[in-house]
Amino acid sequence: MASPSLMDTLFQRSLDDIIKGFRHQQSSTESIFISRVIEEIRREIKSTDLQTKSTALQKLTYLNSIHFIDMSWASFHAIECISSPTFSHKKIGYLAISQSFSESTPVILLISNQLRKDLKSGNEFEVSLALDCLSRIGTVDLCRDLASEVFILMSSSKVFIRKKAIGVVLRLFEKYPDAVRVCFKKLVESLEGSDSPIVSAVVGVFCELAAKDPRSYLPLAPEFYRILVDSKNNWVLIKVLKIFVKLAPLEPRLAKRLVEPICDHMRKTGAKSLVFECIRTVVTSFSEYESAMKLAAAKIREFLMEDDPNLKYLGLHVISIMAPKHLWAVLENKDVVIQSLSDEDPNIKLESLRLVMAMASESNLVETCRVLVNYALKSDPDFCNEILGSILSTCCQNVYEVIIDFDWYVSLLGEMSRIPNCKKGEEIGNQLIDIGMRVKDVRPELVRIARDLLIDPALLGNPFLHRLLSAAAWVCGEYVEFSRNPVELMEALLQPRTSLLPSSIRTVYMQSAFKILIFCIHSYFLQKEDMASEVSHLASKRECSESSGLATDKALVQSDQDEGFNPRDSNQSYEYPSVVDTGDGQTSTSTFMEKKSTMHESIVNVLNLMELVLSPLSGSLDVEIQERACNVLGFIELVQQEFSNPLIRKEANLDREEEIASRVVEWLHDGFSEELGPVSVTAQDRVPIPDELVLKENLTDLEAICGGVELPAPVSLTSPYYGQSAVFSVSNLQAEEDSEPSTESSSLLTEHRKRHELYYLPSEKNKILANDYPPANDPSSGINTNDATEDLVKLADQSLVSKRKPNHAKPRPVVVKLEEGEAAPVVSKKPELKDDLLSGAIHDILLGNEAKAASSQSNPSDKSSSKRKGKAKHVDLPDSKENLAVGEQPNHENPSSRRGKHRGDGKQKSKKSQGKKNGDGREDDGEKERQKIRDHHGRHKSRQRADAPIKVVPQTPDIPDYLL
Amino acid sequence: MIQFVLLISRQGKVRLTKWYSPYTQKERSKVIRELSGVILNRGPKLCNFVEWRGQKVVYKRYASLYFCMCIDQDDNELEVLEIIHHFVEILDRYFGSVCELDLIFNFHKAYYVLDEILIAGELQESSKKTVARLIAAQDSLVETAKEQASSISNIIAQATNRRKQSNGSCPIVNGRWLTKLHFPRHSLTEL
Repeated sequence: MASPSLMDTLFQRSLDDIIKGFRHQQSSTESIFISRVIEEIRREIKSTDLQTKSTALQKLTYLNSIHFIDMSWASFHAIECISSPTFSHKKIGYLAISQSFSESTPVILLISNQLRKDLKSGNEFEVSLALDCLSRIGTVDLCRDLASEVFILMSSSKVFIRKKAIGVVLRLFEKYPDAVRVCFKKLVESLEGSDSPIVSAVVGVFCELAAKDPRSYLPLAPEFYRILVDSKNNWVLIKVLKIFVKLAPLEPRLAKRLVEPICDHMRKTGAKSLVFECIRTVVTSFSEYESAMKLAAAKIREFLMEDDPNLKYLGLHVISIMAPKHLWAVLENKDVVIQSLSDEDPNIKLESLRLVMAMASESNLVETCRVLVNYALKSDPDFCNEILGSILSTCCQNVYEVIIDFDWYVSLLGEMSRIPNCKKGEEIGNQLIDIGMRVKDVRPELVRIARDLLIDPALLGNPFLHRLLSAAAWVCGEYVEFSRNPVELMEALLQPRTSLLPSSIRTVYMQSAFKILIFCIHSYFLQKEDMASEVSHLASKRECSESSGLATDKALVQSDQDEGFNPRDSNQSYEYPSVVDTGDGQTSTSTFMEKKSTMHESIVNVLNLMELVLSPLSGSLDVEIQERACNVLGFIELVQQEFSNPLIRKEANLDREEEIASRVVEWLHDGFSEELGPVSVTAQDRVPIPDELVLKENLTDLEAICGGVELPAPVSLTSPYYGQSAVFSVSNLQAEEDSEPSTESSSLLTEHRKRHELYYLPSEKNKILANDYPPANDPSSGINTNDATEDLVKLADQSLVSKRKPNHAKPRPVVVKLEEGEAAPVVSKKPELKDDLLSGAIHDILLGNEAKAASSQSNPSDKSSSKRKGKAKHVDLPDSKENLAVGEQPNHENPSSRRGKHRGDGKQKSKKSQGKKNGDGREDDGEKERQKIRDHHGRHKSRQRADAPIKVVPQTPDIPDYLL
Repeated sequence: MIQFVLLISRQGKVRLTKWYSPYTQKERSKVIRELSGVILNRGPKLCNFVEWRGQKVVYKRYASLYFCMCIDQDDNELEVLEIIHHFVEILDRYFGSVCELDLIFNFHKAYYVLDEILIAGELQESSKKTVARLIAAQDSLVETAKEQASSISNIIAQATNRRKQSNGSCPIVNGRWLTKLHFPRHSLTEL
């Protein structure tokens, strides 16, 4: 060992040699050079000679910090170096440690003793090294072990050491909140000192602490105020202002005292950084002080007028803080703002874009958007999308508050999606659907825009627009009654280039095409029925037409006779007579005869087209596509018989076959024409939890009992919710459930699911899929699914015979806004336990200082923090328990994979629990209901989670008026 | 607080990295790659702030070196510009009109200087004189320590020192390394 060590020492390459070596390397040979050097270092670092060792370590540190070479393997050697008595070795060792150690470094505990030794060292520079190191790498253990040493150093005679010790306190408090008890008093005392560097350091520490939990430092406000008034040091003043920004909202009386000195600084100082900090403080915290705001605005104006892009950017930035409350500040600087929109600096452009959007109001929105969209066409892709994004977010604020003319907005959305660089397809798509659901009057225009989007084959190739197209397809399917030419829509939805779409969106296309088909056939039937028996079925017809009639009334106003096939016309002439004027309908019957043949033809064409396009898809590898294709094909087969030989049918139109077909169509149509509305995020909250529902029950026992028995577990879990769903079941879902029992029931299910996909929390999707689609390749489930489907078919057949009337839900009123909860739920960040502890401890100290305050707050902080902890636990508990309860459901169901049987059980159970009349059609209802419950349940869970942190917000006692 | 300090050359080479918040080795190289991509591509007349991952990066270019500091959202950008300038001025005083090469060959000294200016991501010393004095005192400690080191390595060290000196006097590399980091007196400096 000795001889290689000596050789190493003699011929060791210094750091300089390495650096020079690097500089002679080409980039290609660099990695070889590095590996050679590392090899060398590995040998040298084992040397017993500390000089050699430290030089090797220094080289390694260099490689680590500049070339990111891993040096975690050398941790122990670094510790050896810092234990050297020689200062230079120590220094190298500490540098290596502070560069490379992290919380997870295994040997970190070994340095505890050496750090303590150095903190106590007589050499101030060794102390300084140790402090620097601790401030960088301090872990919980290190901070706990060394807190008392740091405390001693805080009263060191050397300013240099004291200052560093104060800096370390920040890390100490963060890692080991209990250190507050030891050090806090000292920290506050340092605030009162006269030594400028010390005050600077302390204020820095308080600035960081106050950012995390301002309330605890409110009692120190007088100290900070004194510094604000007295200090001449701009560094300190900036920090103090930052502290006051945090404190001001907690104590309204502060503002009155602070405004004057801050304005003073703003007027007097020449340092732009301080002026800026003053401005920012005023605009964020003292916005109600008119004179201060005026002064700030004047200073901002100065900033904007400067050539310096930094000042311009910051000026715009603070204006945008002012904008919500003081729009005049923006308007005053309108010229600069608009001008900055074409600045070369993207940051400045962004800020000015924000301001332009802030200026947008009901009156100038149209103009602003027009200008911006034109500008977006010309600008680079990134900024273009920024513009589009800000238009979208501005317009949808507060449920489209600023928009008066929705027709215009919808066409703007269409225009925006055609901008070549547009990447906002998803957002635009969401808004299209949202507007469609909220604003009834805009639907005809919406369908027109959606049609234009769907027909354009160029859009299909752009992946950013896929979500938009999916929304357009949905709109067309949902509001097809407003379409001028459904056949055209259908062709657009089935165009060959749809193969470019991802499967999830193709399924939306297929479903929409299916809806359109149903609509066409339904209107065809209506017309025919009308001719066949005008009087006898009037009552039932009226009922049928009501649902679509209410939705269509707008479209009826403007009819278009140009198209060969126009169901809207027929609806109009059919429905109006039944509701309004009977005579009118009779006069128009003659025209039906002519129209009917063209209509019939086009329906046959549509059917053929669909069959042609969808047949290959019935073998698709994607289960969703496959299922939908099969559903539609099955339906087509059913109706095709009806249309195959029209002449015979016409004679015998009460034939049973047709009976079935038209009934199916009617049911489906009723299901599809059901109005969908936006769902309030708080909807779930309004459902009372039934008494018998035990959410916190521990279900692990159940698993033990039922583990081998394989059945009733999931059922017994779901059954209690049944009552709940009975309470909740929204009327509009009822109709769908009732009308579903047909061969198409599964497609209704998918439809239902699809609706959920779009409007419910995304996480549910997986769950639903997991529950409803057995994995395609799962052999064990295969048999049972077959059973299940057979059951379904049987049931559907039976229920076809049973004459249950579709249950109409009341059409929703024009839902523009839900009364509350439209706004995003207030999700306050869960305060971390540590911060909590920290603030608790500080509170304790501070209130301990102020004797009178202490009496008002009875809790010693230990208790209060533990209480808080207890509280947090209490809140967490139901959450996790509930988690368990919900998690159990799929867990039980999936692995056992006997869905068919379970379903049967569910049926029995549900029958029992509901005590309703028997009817095999119920089974599907049960399944659906259960699915719904799961959905609700999932949402419920997430709500609770969002709620939980709100409850945890620690209460703090009122702060006495320290300023007075 | 300052999250990290980076010195990047115009060619994208890293000259100094100091992390005040925990970043793993992987994150570090990712951060540097991302930021050097953003900052080096910015034109000369743009503002010195970059919004980045919900934080702000303040950078300033001195000759061929970009000094970057990453700060929190509500920190004062202009103040950080001052800190950068402060750091550069101290380096300038210490090395005697500093150039990039000084920082390359004395990378550890640049760290020591930074350690005297910042602690735990906060400015700890706003006086240039004090920092200079502290650094000088520590350097002399290191020197005496070196002298006390074993004679043989002492000889080696002296030998290498001599060699270094001879190397140092003639410009080792092309001129661009030796460009002095010039300071246009910063318009904002008043602190």
